This record gives sequence, structure tokens and C-alpha cells, in this order.
Amino acid sequence: MMQETRIALRFLGKYNPDSIEEFCALGGYEGLRKAVEMGQKNLIQEVSDASLWGYGGAAFPTGKKWSVVAATKGKQKYVVCDADEGEPGTNKDRVIMTGDPHSVLEGMAIAGFAVGADKGYIYLRYEYPQLFPVLEKAIDDARKAGYLGRNLFGSNFSFDVKVVSGGGAYVCGEETALLESIEGKRGEPRYKPPYPSEAGLFGCPTVINNVETLAIVPSIVLNGGNWYASIGIGHHHGTKVFTLSGNLVNRGVYEYPRGITLRQLIEDVGGGCPDGHRLLGVQTGGASGNIISVDMIDFPMDVEDCAAAGATFGTGDIMVFDDTQDVLEIVENLLEFFTHESCGKCTPCREGNTRLLQLIRKIRRGDGTMEDLDTLQDLCQTMKDCSLCGLGQASPTPVLSTLRNFRNAYLNRIERGGKE
Amino acid sequence: MIRLTIDGKEVFVNEGATLLDAARKLNIRIPTLCYHPDQEVKANCRICMVEVEGRPGLVPACAFPAREGLKVKTSSPRVRQARWNILELIFAHHSKDCLQCSRNGNCELQTISQEMHFDRDLRYEQAQRGNGKDLSSPSITIDPSKCIACNRCIYACSEIQTVHALARGKRGFNTVISPSYGRKLSESPCVGCGQCVQACPVGALSVRDDRQKVWKMLDNEEKITVVQVAPAVRITIAEALGEDPGVVSTGRLVTALKRLGFARVFDTDFTADLTIMEEGTELIERLTNGGTLPMITSCSPGWIKFCETYYPDLLPHLSTCKSPQGMFGALIKEYFAPRLCKSPQDVFSVSVMPCTAKKFERARTELGRNGYLDIDAVLTVQELARMIDQAGIDFKALPESNFDAPFGLGSGAGEIFGATGGVMEAALRSVYEIVTGEELADIEFKDVRGFEGIKEATVQVGSIPVKVAVAHGLGNARKLMDQIREGKADYQFIEIMACPGGCIGGGGNPIKNWAKMEHRAKAVYDTDRKLPLRKSHQNQAVKRLYDEYLGQPGGHLSHELLHTHYTDRSDLLK
Repeated sequence: MMQETRIALRFLGKYNPDSIEEFCALGGYEGLRKAVEMGQKNLIQEVSDASLWGYGGAAFPTGKKWSVVAATKGKQKYVVCDADEGEPGTNKDRVIMTGDPHSVLEGMAIAGFAVGADKGYIYLRYEYPQLFPVLEKAIDDARKAGYLGRNLFGSNFSFDVKVVSGGGAYVCGEETALLESIEGKRGEPRYKPPYPSEAGLFGCPTVINNVETLAIVPSIVLNGGNWYASIGIGHHHGTKVFTLSGNLVNRGVYEYPRGITLRQLIEDVGGGCPDGHRLLGVQTGGASGNIISVDMIDFPMDVEDCAAAGATFGTGDIMVFDDTQDVLEIVENLLEFFTHESCGKCTPCREGNTRLLQLIRKIRRGDGTMEDLDTLQDLCQTMKDCSLCGLGQASPTPVLSTLRNFRNAYLNRIERGGKE
Repeated sequence: MIRLTIDGKEVFVNEGATLLDAARKLNIRIPTLCYHPDQEVKANCRICMVEVEGRPGLVPACAFPAREGLKVKTSSPRVRQARWNILELIFAHHSKDCLQCSRNGNCELQTISQEMHFDRDLRYEQAQRGNGKDLSSPSITIDPSKCIACNRCIYACSEIQTVHALARGKRGFNTVISPSYGRKLSESPCVGCGQCVQACPVGALSVRDDRQKVWKMLDNEEKITVVQVAPAVRITIAEALGEDPGVVSTGRLVTALKRLGFARVFDTDFTADLTIMEEGTELIERLTNGGTLPMITSCSPGWIKFCETYYPDLLPHLSTCKSPQGMFGALIKEYFAPRLCKSPQDVFSVSVMPCTAKKFERARTELGRNGYLDIDAVLTVQELARMIDQAGIDFKALPESNFDAPFGLGSGAGEIFGATGGVMEAALRSVYEIVTGEELADIEFKDVRGFEGIKEATVQVGSIPVKVAVAHGLGNARKLMDQIREGKADYQFIEIMACPGGCIGGGGNPIKNWAKMEHRAKAVYDTDRKLPLRKSHQNQAVKRLYDEYLGQPGGHLSHELLHTHYTDRSDLLK
């Protein structure tokens, strides 16, 4: 197996998360100290130079996000750590928070210093209750050790963190729905603009970063932006934590330089399909990622290359299906998920996901027609074009990509009709 | 100014304008549903999507800010396809009983369907939202099968009124708008103000219809069916029957009611004047004898229930006066019926109100005695308009008639009860003259008029400076109540109306917006100005009632018939 390059996973297994002393012995919180010394402007420059992008799925440049919030005037600003890891088949944030909670806190404090925020929230996925005490303990330890709280390192920078439990909805991974949920409201996305950088949590300028993104930040501060940018393969920059799941021999969470090909991840890292089964297809990026066929996997894993290849970078989820799987069943399963998780705020997502599901079920029953395929295509386009947030814009992707890459599966099912 | 191009035409708009504003400037029509001119933009129905050059998806015109140099297409193939698809999704989840719907002919979904000429067969199975109608409230009916989940009602209920009776329940396709925790409306903090009905673009929220009850009694020869008509009704009934907002139709309204078969048609302006006598007396009493201040008006039943629910600790601030409807009810049963040698039960007492909350007030046991209630049925303007229509009466062509004695005379002061600030102004006109014995130089208290959310004035009444405030809309009322609770309010007298704009903005009126409200308010004050009698204490009919029957304002019989008490309803919040 290829050697991993661990940056976000730098201290995984190297210290006892209960022990801040062990963390500090590894150089923990030195990034925060250095950040406070180097000043806001230099700090943001380093993060920009690092080509660090948001690893929660949207891939927005972190340096740019920070500089906007830093430049926005506001008495109160917030840092929110999106730990609402609801993407089916993605477990990287859980792994990071379980093994290295302090790097996440350190990253948050650095973000707070960069943008001028003194308060941070970790919005923790409802289904990760075991992490609540882990994070609270880490926060408490950091406070006692003087890494959180007032006037850190004798500067006038203060920062503290609170963990809040998620509401249990997938849509709360959408940043504005997440903010609504922290505010105690129903988790529904807001219309943007205004963006959270201008009016976020409680109407204040807010920077929202993913767990993985924040866990990488201390290393960038310590080693420099150019160091991180230089890690990628070829012209690619940095690393990414991938979650390998599905029909693979070596399922798990791995960190590799960006630019590693999907085939390498599936075959070298994942060890291919078990029991001699043949690879049928892969869904990349999460439940709303493209589903591509076996002949399409020779491309480097990075945002633009994924898009060019008709795949999705997203959260770095690689879900593999072998030839025992039925593509239409997979699509139906994903649509059941989206139908359940649509918040119901906007028409296309609220109504559309259920209609897609009904059409897929009709086709799987053997009652489908060629017109149904046109309806699927047409409705998917409208949902993509018109939905309020990423959930409804992206949920048609599995349908659209399988209509494109696995069209025969649909045609065969329609042709066979009621016959088994 | 921002310059942009829509459908190839250049347009200039101010900073802050949306693409919808810009398109309207060019007379380009874009369909909308969740958009409401008096509410914050929600951008959730997605029917107003337009194409902006250089953007991957479509954008909602109602929310997308106009920016310099944008090139916008509002009728490209992509836009037309998307809008039809969205409309189709809504249709497939909306009941199709348009012909029996209270909003038939006055429905925003019908309107945009007509404009978009959607005519293809639906590609999805018809689905029904929710589990049937909620008929638990005497004021408002919810029919979830018609709901399009636009959120306008929630905005009205939670943001404008701060009542928080309605919320989104469940998720996705199963989303329903209902009271929290799946409760019935009658178990919720709903105050029955009907602002949700006013905000609903379709027939999902409607006024509880009591027409059949009234028709039945009009046809019953053993009953004497009488009706009282609230001040605002004469302002909005013509509008409800298709005339312009602000057309006043007092005389025609009386004729229509007589043609419908009411034995007597009384004017609630009369008891509005009576209210001023009682409430003014109560105020003077509280001012001079150290009573609870500020005293707050009690005409608006939505407001009363709000206070009982959210501010039970402040109930002593409420005037003990019944609303004009309540006073009238008692007089009809206790004074009018015996004069006809009838028992109270033989007189069927109907009131026509701009107000849905009056239907709840009617059922309060305090408003009755010996096992009967004073008011037997409340019709809103909307229901009366339907009855007039149903009876084949051409309202526009009707001759005028006068209200019936002994309750047919009302002053301009009673008339202005219909607009926010009207009760306050009417009270000031009388209290000033009664206390000082002097005639007011200018009886128009302009500081308490208009649609500012909270209005203030200080009036020197003899040796007492009376500081007053007026709030309309329960969100504004809440601000004042919080001040009182914190001990920060130094007012002596406050008028509160549950509905934004006062009774002319009540939930039972034809569907409103602030532009229509301007016309209605102007009509209220124009009517007052034209009346020969403009002060309650100069109403000779009211004087006669005191002389012949009631005795003194605030006297024993007044207290028995015209005053009431209140109930702590904070349990509704649990």
C-alpha cells in the first residue's frame, strides 16, 4: 500500500486525547503561539499560500474565506467548526475528533485570531454523542493550560469554544442551516446573500470551517503555506483525507496528497473488491456525488479533475460498488435518504426528491416507460437549477450520473417490464 | 443607480432593488407565490426563477439583488421549463377543489397558473398534504391539503404578530404548517387574529365560515334576528364585493342587511361611543384614585387573548370594559329584547365584524348570563360579502338606508375605532372635554394616526399631563408590554389593536396589503370629518340610554352589563 502523508491525521494514535500534556509534548498549540506572534495579516497570507480549501465538500479557499471575515466589521464575530459529518460513507471527521481533538481546537483558535473572533462553536453531529465528552474535556484542559480563554500568550487575543449538539438532520451540514440550528431554530438553509461571512451566527460575521480543514491549519502555521502547497502530486497542492467504503478489501480513513488517482485509491489503497468480484462503479464525494463506471477512474483526485471526469470531489468519500450490486437499487437507496433529509423549505427539493423516488421505484417495479426517463432527466435539471441549497441542487446527481453512465441498467429494466 | 439589462431592455434601479423590482419597472411580469410585498423575502417557492448570464443555476428574482451590468432573462426556454416543472410539483401536491374553495377567483396560485398557461397532464401521482382540516378554532380553519408551504402565514404569525402559533412540522414532502407538536389550533397560543389568513396566497388558511348558522336563523320566523355592524365593515365591504379599496358604503350596507332579512340593523359605532363613556370614566377614575396605570384598551379580542396568554401578570392594566361588540350583545339581550316583550333567547344576535378573533370572543362565557350568550353568531366581512353575493344582491346598485333605532346613532369618534389610534383619539376627544369642561380647539389628534408601529403623544388634560401610546400589530404590542413589565413605561393610557393597521386590517376583511390599507385608513378619517357628530359624549342616543336605563357611566348596571374580567391562559404556552 502507498505510504500515507498525514497532516490532518498528524497526531492520530500518537497521544492520548485525554492528555493535553502529551499533545503539547508533540508540539501541540505551538501553531497557535506562532500564529499570535506572526499577526493576522501574515497568518492569512500563509493559509492562502497553502492553497488550503474547505474539506467539508464545498472546496472554498480557506484563506479567502478568512480574509473576507477579517475585513468585515463587527463587534462580535464567530468561528464555527462544522462537525456535523452527516455524509453517508464519510467518517474522517469522527476519526480526527476521536484521536486528535486538540488539533481541531488549535485550528479554531487560529481561525479566531485570523478573523478577530473570540468565540467558537463546534456543531457536533447528533449521532456522535460519544465525542461530546471528549471535546468538552479537551476544551476544559485547553482552558486550564491557557490555550483557550482570555489574553492568550499575554496578547489581547481571547478565544473560547463551546460544543453544541446537532439536531440530527443531514441538511444541518449546510452552513446556514447549521447556523439556524445553533440559534435554536429549525435547521433550514437561509437564502444567500447575505453570506455567513457578512451576517452569520446571530447575524454576526462568521467563519465556518470543516473539522479536517481546521485540523490542518496548525501544521500550515508551523511549517508555512508553501510547505503544505508543495505536498501534492504534480501540480496539485496539499493533502486530503479520503474515506474508502463499500465493496473494498481495505475500507477506512486515509490521508494522501491531492493528485493521487482514483484508481490508486481503489486498487492500491483499498485493495480492490473482495472475494474476486469485479468493480462495477464508484460514487465519489458523498451521497450526492456522481456515480461513475469502472472505465472512468483514471484521474487525479482534486476538485477540478473530478469535475472534468464527471465525478465529485466533495468530502473525499469513495464508495465502491462491485458487480453484485444493482445500480438502480443504489439510486433508490440514495433517494430514500434525500427524501427523508430534505428539510421541506423550497419546492423543488421538498417535492422533487419524493417524485424522483417514486419514478425510480416505478421503473424498478417494471412499470417504467421511456417517458419516465425523460421526466427524471427534466425534473433533475429543475432541481439542480432551482433548489435553495446544496441538498436539493446536488441530490439529483446520482440519478443524472447513472442515467449517463449506467443507462443500460434503466433501459434493460424498462424493456423487461413485469418479467423478472 | 444600478444599470442592468432584462430581456434585452436596459433598466436603472436603486441600490437594494431585487431583480423582481427591476423587472416590474420594465412591466415584465414574473410569477410569485412566497413573495409578499409587506414581508421579508423568503425565496422558497422558486416560481420566480430567472436566468442570469454567467451563473450556473437559475436565481429567484424576488431575492437576487440587482447588480451593475447583469444580463437577465425572464422567459428563456430554461426559465419556462423550470417554472412549469415547479408549478407541476405544486399542483401534484395541492387539492383540486378550486370550485368549492373560499379563495376561488382570488387565489394567487390560480392567478399564476392562468398567467403561465400550464396545460400539460401531470406526470406525478396526485398527493394530499396533511391529515385533513383543523376545525378546532372558532376563528380560523386550516386545510393543509391546499397548503403550498410558502411560509407567509408563519411570517405573519411569528415575525409580525409574535404569537408563534404556527410552525413548520415534519420534513420534506411531509412538511405541514400547523401549531407546534402537531397540536390543534385551539390548543395553541393562536389568538385568532387571522393575519395568517390575510397572508395565505391560497385557501389553506381561511376564516371559519358561519354563514349557514345565520341563514338558518334568518329563515326562522320565530326568531327576531338582529345585526350590529362594526365601524370597519362599512369601509371594507364594498372592497370585498369587488369595488376599490376605501369605498365607503354605509347606507348600501344597511340596505343589503335588511334585504338579507335582518329585523333590525344596528350600528356598533353606538357602542363604540358607549365604550368611550365607560372607558373614559374608568381612566379618569384610575388617574385620580391611584388605579393601575397605564390603562390599556380592551376592544380587540385578539389582543386580549394575547395578553391573557403571554402577559397574564399584566391583566390588571387592561380596561375592564367589554369590547363594543360585547357591550352591544348585552344591551340587545337585556335591554332591547324586553322592550319587544321577548325573551333574550328569542332574539338571535348577529354581529358583522372585520375580525376573526370576535368569533372567539363571542364564545366567552363572561359575555352572557343565565345560560345564554349575548352574541349568537359573528360574521366577518368576507362571509357577509358571500351572503350578499349568494342572495343575488347587486351591491353596487343598492339604494342607501339608515341604521335602526334605538342603536342607530354613532359619532365620528366611534367611526374612527376602525383605524389604529382611533380609540385613543376618540377617548381623548371626550376625556379632555369631560374633565376640563372646555371645548377642544382641534379635535384631530394627528400624532396617534398613521401606520407607525408605536405612536406616542402627551395631552394636557386640565392639570394632568396624560402620556399616551398606541400600538398596532401584536409584535409592537409585545414591545410596549415588555416595557411595562420592566417598569420602563411612563404612559397613563395605551391603545392596542391586535391587527396591523387596526380593525381595517383585521383578519376578516378582504385580503390586504399596506397599499390597500392606506386607502382604507383615509376612508375612515374622511368619514369622520363629514359627520356632524364627532364626539362620543355628545351622542344623544347614548345619553338617553344612560338616562333611561344604565344610570351613570361606571355605575352599577354598567358594571354588570358592560364590564368584564379576564383569564390567565399562560397554560397554552406549556
